Amino acid sequence: MTALFQPGALFGVCGAALVGIGLFVVVTHPGLLRRIVGCNIVGAGIFLVFGAVARRGGAAGLEADPVPQALVITGIVVAFSASALAVALLKRLSELNTGDRAETTELRSGS
Amino acid sequence: MTLLLDIALVAWLLALAVHVAVQQEERSAIIALLAFGLLLGLAWVRLAAPDVALTEIAIGGGGTAVLLLRAEAALRGRDRQEEEMTRAGKLAVAAACAAISAGLGFAVLTLSAPAPTLAPAASEALAQTGLGNPVTAVLLAYRALDTLLEKVVVLLALVGVWSLAPDGLWGGAPDVKPSAVPAPLSYLARVLPPFGVVIGIYMFWVGADAPGGTFQAGTVLAAMWLLMMMAGLTPAPDTARPLLRIALMGGPALFLVIAFLGFVFAGGFLAYPEGFAKPLIVAIEAALTISVAAALAMLVAGPARKAPAR
Repeated sequence: MTALFQPGALFGVCGAALVGIGLFVVVTHPGLLRRIVGCNIVGAGIFLVFGAVARRGGAAGLEADPVPQALVITGIVVAFSASALAVALLKRLSELNTGDRAETTELRSGS
Repeated sequence: MTLLLDIALVAWLLALAVHVAVQQEERSAIIALLAFGLLLGLAWVRLAAPDVALTEIAIGGGGTAVLLLRAEAALRGRDRQEEEMTRAGKLAVAAACAAISAGLGFAVLTLSAPAPTLAPAASEALAQTGLGNPVTAVLLAYRALDTLLEKVVVLLALVGVWSLAPDGLWGGAPDVKPSAVPAPLSYLARVLPPFGVVIGIYMFWVGADAPGGTFQAGTVLAAMWLLMMMAGLTPAPDTARPLLRIALMGGPALFLVIAFLGFVFAGGFLAYPEGFAKPLIVAIEAALTISVAAALAMLVAGPARKAPAR
């Protein structure tokens, strides 16, 4: 139980729980947009576990190890790019599935 | 007292995640993710990581929420729904997910002691880079290769998004402005950008020595640009416009040029000549900030939806 009170450990455990919740959304939710939200929660959980590891590694006058922190910053930006690509794919998919195809053809002939 | 704050933060984070899992309405789930991102920023402050907190709030909270809310509005009523899982199936998935969480949680609680760390190495070499912020030093000096590749990944994602435009619209402008601009949006788009631009440039400038840096600054600038495009104060640029392409490529290109010059002047790829590390890093950061701002704004704006102007 004392392990839980080490600096950062509480957030590490929270991150572990978030990974599970996010994964559940990704696998079970019927809506595709919500699955992208779920992916973001899984990512947030993994980053928090990283943060807990970084916090434990504080030494040499630094409160936390800067290397995992920098990796998380890189990770957040890459996760955002992946979400943007997923959203664009989803929008296109729904356009192709519904009547919007006619709309874009119309635009094309108008140019 | 701080333990109480930590427990409250963790409880809220978990509650919001569960809300996302059980909520029927799409928009409510996305707004919960926005709140989740902001609280996660506070959690990062408690983990002694203010740089990550700024990035998480700006990109993970704000940026992702804008992206998803726009998608929700575009998809409303026609998001593809897969067949609902059976109750037994859901229970099985829940058990498997709980097992993964339990395993991960166990791993977090039983990490080896003393903790392995690179903090002494990072702080030892800090003086040579001339920087005061160890996270910036990791991003742009010790592990600059990661940052360079990440920039390329962002550009690749943008190429992916752009390539989803119908053939006839290739090179045209994305559709950012809603059909009716609400008055408060129009007002905010006039009032906020002067402050936002100053805050963005400040974040870029202090990033060398204090929390801040290119990603955070780039996101703030991207948000200001998006706000103005959404309010219709400035048109969204054609994706084929040379100036936009130069802004997007400038940062990674300068980074690569300096990286290769390292072979000539400092004896290795991505090595900075002694005494010039800080000016070179600041130059790379300046170009990267503009590239990040342009790329993030264009990622949110989406593929071309209008025919090119020519």
